[in-house]
Amino acid sequence: MIDPISVFLLLLSASTPILFAALGELVVERAGVLNLGVEGMMIAGALAGFAAAYASGNPFLGFLVAALAGATISMLFALLTQVFLANQVASGLALTLFGLGLAAMFGKPFEGVRAPPMPMGPLRINWIVWLGLAMVPAIWWFLNRSRAGLILRGVGENHDAAHALGYGVRATRAAAVAFGGAMAGIGGAFISIATVLQWTEGMTAGAGWIALAIVVFSRWTAPGVLAGAWLFGGVTVLQLRLQAAGVDVPVQLLSMAPYLATILVLVLISARQKFSRHAGGAAPGSLGINFHALR
Amino acid sequence: MQRRTLLASASALMMALAVPAMAQDEPLKVGFIYVGPVSDGGWTYQHDLGRQAVEEEFGDRVETTYLESVPEGVDAERALTQLALAGNDVIYATSFGYMDAVMNVAAKFPDIRFEHNTGYKRAENVGTYDGRFYEGRAVTGTIAGRMTETNKIGYIATFPIPEVIQGINSAYIHAKKVNPDVEMRVVWAYSWFDPAKEADAANALMAEGVDVILQHTNSTAPLAQLQQAGKYGFGQASDMSSFAPAPRISSVYNNWGAHYVKSVGRILDGTWEPEAIWGGIGDGIVAIGEITEAVPADVKAEAEALRASIAAGEYHPFTGPLNKADGTGWLAEGETASDEELQSMNFFVEGIDAQIPQ
Repeated sequence: MIDPISVFLLLLSASTPILFAALGELVVERAGVLNLGVEGMMIAGALAGFAAAYASGNPFLGFLVAALAGATISMLFALLTQVFLANQVASGLALTLFGLGLAAMFGKPFEGVRAPPMPMGPLRINWIVWLGLAMVPAIWWFLNRSRAGLILRGVGENHDAAHALGYGVRATRAAAVAFGGAMAGIGGAFISIATVLQWTEGMTAGAGWIALAIVVFSRWTAPGVLAGAWLFGGVTVLQLRLQAAGVDVPVQLLSMAPYLATILVLVLISARQKFSRHAGGAAPGSLGINFHALR
Repeated sequence: MQRRTLLASASALMMALAVPAMAQDEPLKVGFIYVGPVSDGGWTYQHDLGRQAVEEEFGDRVETTYLESVPEGVDAERALTQLALAGNDVIYATSFGYMDAVMNVAAKFPDIRFEHNTGYKRAENVGTYDGRFYEGRAVTGTIAGRMTETNKIGYIATFPIPEVIQGINSAYIHAKKVNPDVEMRVVWAYSWFDPAKEADAANALMAEGVDVILQHTNSTAPLAQLQQAGKYGFGQASDMSSFAPAPRISSVYNNWGAHYVKSVGRILDGTWEPEAIWGGIGDGIVAIGEITEAVPADVKAEAEALRASIAAGEYHPFTGPLNKADGTGWLAEGETASDEELQSMNFFVEGIDAQIPQ
């Protein structure tokens, strides 16, 4: 009764904002930084991207500006945690609250106006959706096959060892945070420019937190992030689609399913770590720990 | 001085101080607490327009203040107390979740009048007010029934509570009246505001062949999706006129100013009573936004005639014969639903092939 292709097409665009944000956060966490400010960077990107798209009439320019805005606001987090060695959890939460407030304040003049329409890409799928899909193998390749990715992972696994080898821990981490901010910004802008076509305060509505859950669910791998984004996006789309078809579905249960899956994955990861010394798929060794060369 | 006389004289002193504060020339101080920011373009925005209407109507005779983005819960009680201590003579609490906070604070400040929006608890100094949104949905349902080409209309619902169920039933009954082949598809978003999910819900409905969507959620995301697909929808809570003339072909919006002006007026002339006000199109609380040129003139005329007859009290949107979805009888020919029945409505009417989540 429900045609799987149409569900898949809906899933692709529904999962795009969280896919971008989670891929960015994946790189950040692989560098050993836990940035809980994803929601704040997304909303900053949503506003800046919308404003640029509205002012210029070009949605693609909007996405570019969104990436810059996300990266810029993330530098605040990098400054706090990499230079002043502030606690990462507290700084990340502060970034979320700051981003939401800042966007609400600067968003006033953009209320009630419309974004320019977004041209469709191949197969009537948005260009940005294609970009998100292309980022998955690109980030996988970067992390696992490139020298820069190896250094980044080294910094994330053991920052003291990386430092001893002469790699710039803080510079690497700041670059990762900026990349994460840019990706979160694009994810947020997808909501304002491609999905809603308007600016509304608080419009990311918790997508950043879902992205954080997906990174854990993915066991810190790019293909895992794609699977997680499709699972979260897919469950949402499928349950709405089943409802629209008049099928009696337990809505609350289905909405809960991805979170239950995340908890299950966490349990499996910790069980594997308990029973095997060389288990992969665990959190980066230095995740969330600040680095200082003189310590 | 003995303790008893001290207390007595202290209270006498307070009485003496309190009286001049009530004197004539002081403006009436009116306080509002909002659950969202005034810029939300929806629920709180409409309440703030109501506050501005009060200022415009009474000028120097009133002084209004508001506290925005006050979360429901403990903070609400603190914010209400703050407004009470600031000397407000009447306080409007504009979200359902403020109910218990209003009751607690009202008990501590018996001289201050409170009105609670969408609630049901009242006291000597606490009244309630709400809108009969189902009246508006009768009009938009009529337009939807006429405008659909696939004979499938959709409804993006929020939570399975009586207000939303009234809306779905009312929209369906009136769509069916003008188009006997119409089918209603319902999607529960379990949120009042979640743009991404609302967009997904609109797409899910369109994938099922729905071509006109009514929404109970507050963002413009469904309209944006409808526009890309070239289909129709309606504004909700606020007018959403930036999507006119299509896909937004009309809207149901909350015009609280109509109530606030009346209520403040009654306080000023001393006739205020703690009432349970449930106002509709006739009272001006529920308003229908402009029906755009995308709607054929005869359909527009039909919808406006319906609006006029509801406003005049000649027609009740829930008039029998109506059966419940399970086939049991509900209203006999010509019988209308009572307010009690509507306020506890937990069933769909016959013909809606969907379940209410339990």
